[in-house]
Amino acid sequence: MKLFKKILIANRGEIAIRIIRACKELGIKTVAVYSDIDRESLHLRLADESVCIGPASANQSYLNIPAILSAAEITDADAIHPGYGFLSENYHFAEACQTSGITFIGPSAENIRLGGDKAKARHTMRRKGVPVVSGSDGPVPDEETAIKIAKKIGFPIVLKASAGGGGHGMKIVKEEKDLEQALYMAQREALTAFGNSEIYIEEYIPEMRHIEVQILADNKGNTIHLNERDCSIQRRHQKLIEESPSPITKTEKFKKRIGELGVKAARAIKYRNVGTVEFIVDSKGNMYFIEINTRIQVEHPVTEAVTGIDIIKEQIKLAAGLPLEYKQSHIKSSGHAIECRINAEDPDRFIPSSGLITHLSLPGGPGVRVDTALYSGYVVPSQYDSLIAKLIAHGKDRTEAIMKMKCALDEFIIEGIKTTIPFHKKVLDNQDFIDGNFDTHFVEKTNSIGHINK
Amino acid sequence: MELDDLKELIELLKETDITELTIEKDGTKVKVKRQKFLAPLEIPVQKPQQASPEHILAESEDDTQRLVTITSPIVGTFYRSPTPDAAAFVEVGAQVSKGQVLCIVEAMKLMNEIESDVDGIVTKILIENGQPVEYGEPLFLIEPL
Repeated sequence: MKLFKKILIANRGEIAIRIIRACKELGIKTVAVYSDIDRESLHLRLADESVCIGPASANQSYLNIPAILSAAEITDADAIHPGYGFLSENYHFAEACQTSGITFIGPSAENIRLGGDKAKARHTMRRKGVPVVSGSDGPVPDEETAIKIAKKIGFPIVLKASAGGGGHGMKIVKEEKDLEQALYMAQREALTAFGNSEIYIEEYIPEMRHIEVQILADNKGNTIHLNERDCSIQRRHQKLIEESPSPITKTEKFKKRIGELGVKAARAIKYRNVGTVEFIVDSKGNMYFIEINTRIQVEHPVTEAVTGIDIIKEQIKLAAGLPLEYKQSHIKSSGHAIECRINAEDPDRFIPSSGLITHLSLPGGPGVRVDTALYSGYVVPSQYDSLIAKLIAHGKDRTEAIMKMKCALDEFIIEGIKTTIPFHKKVLDNQDFIDGNFDTHFVEKTNSIGHINK
Repeated sequence: MELDDLKELIELLKETDITELTIEKDGTKVKVKRQKFLAPLEIPVQKPQQASPEHILAESEDDTQRLVTITSPIVGTFYRSPTPDAAAFVEVGAQVSKGQVLCIVEAMKLMNEIESDVDGIVTKILIENGQPVEYGEPLFLIEPL
């Protein structure tokens, strides 16, 4: 089995650079695509070739399937890596690649389709013996059924959009009298946001932690996990800080249990390539499957740090049909890694900030990694995601990792725009964070607008 | 202008940073251009051998701003004719009207006809037949009527 000759990266920013790096190390040629306003972006300069695919609007460029496939055609690319976001979880795109004879670097179109139907994924997992939160069996067909199920589970409950995910389109309903209105609103919002009004119900778990398991699987179904990540520090369901291992992983037994559950879930749907199984863990340590993310994730560097495995390179090899070269027994987790997502946003109110980077100084040293597409003189556009850099610190234990991260944040200078670096510094100084004593409400609890008090 | 003069002109162009050189003499105008990158210049050059005074101008590329550039709205492969055996849609010098098909950009087996935005004369064809083009790539220069 041979690796690809040329890969087109259907993405931009830091993840495009990440993928280009992996390709280069594997001796694979790269094609970058870009929108009109991304002409000065760094990822173009690092690729062997680049093709302008459309104007600024994502719909006409990074989400433009014909343009991207055409770019692959004229450059003779034999595979496309979709990165995360954009078309990475669009099963039409995965199918279109297949039809065009181009390998889609990721799971099968069927995996993506199932992963994207949250209610169905839940239902499938439950049938296969993977624990899920109590809730409806699939989308609720009407209000009557919704009330019946909600009463059976017991309030408070959560209404979730089947076509949603990542916490978007969620509504918490505390009492029966609020259900009718909430359901109506949820259906309408889901239809607008996702083109699909299906809603399913889950029991609301207070004090829950978001813990996910990284999965690798080859074409023969050999499936392993690369341990867990804790992503409980979130604001409005957007992850801000991730770490591995989870601070609540106190025993090998816990670690093994959640890892094996992740593998069980992946096997249950014959998952291929790279993905992540998300669980919520309650205060008693009970684990419940929530959803499966059928793509490479933003926070993958945290797992790379503690396992020493280059997940993107593995992803490319698996997509080329190579067998998994690791067995579960080979996977060891060493030390503790934390990632801070640096966004181009005001650190107190999280309002997006775009513009010219007038000065950039990156941190460094042992165990410090920066993934970014920034450079001094770059103009951060307002049209795309506000993530501008990922800072990862790896220490021998959590205490050292926190110290390293604090020092690295101090060294990290980005001038010209506002960034969330000050926010991260405050979190790392927060006693509850240091004690590992937090759940998904951490950010909102510390201050009503997400402002962290020391 | 003799062929030798033209050759000397081209050599002159190559030896310098000049990208375009125009010579007007006795009602004849010759423009020699090196490459398509824009570089406004104004360098008067004297050709010593001629008896009669000549006026050699390095023409600024700003002149091309009156021309309309037709760019590709999609990524694909540029074709000058509807089928491989057929004649090209247009040649340099052709008069075209707004909406007239100038070329095809093929993307994933679909032939997309690219139309002129203006009435005018085709001054320049910027891409060779069968070459790949990206979004926004200049294809034709048209002098509007």
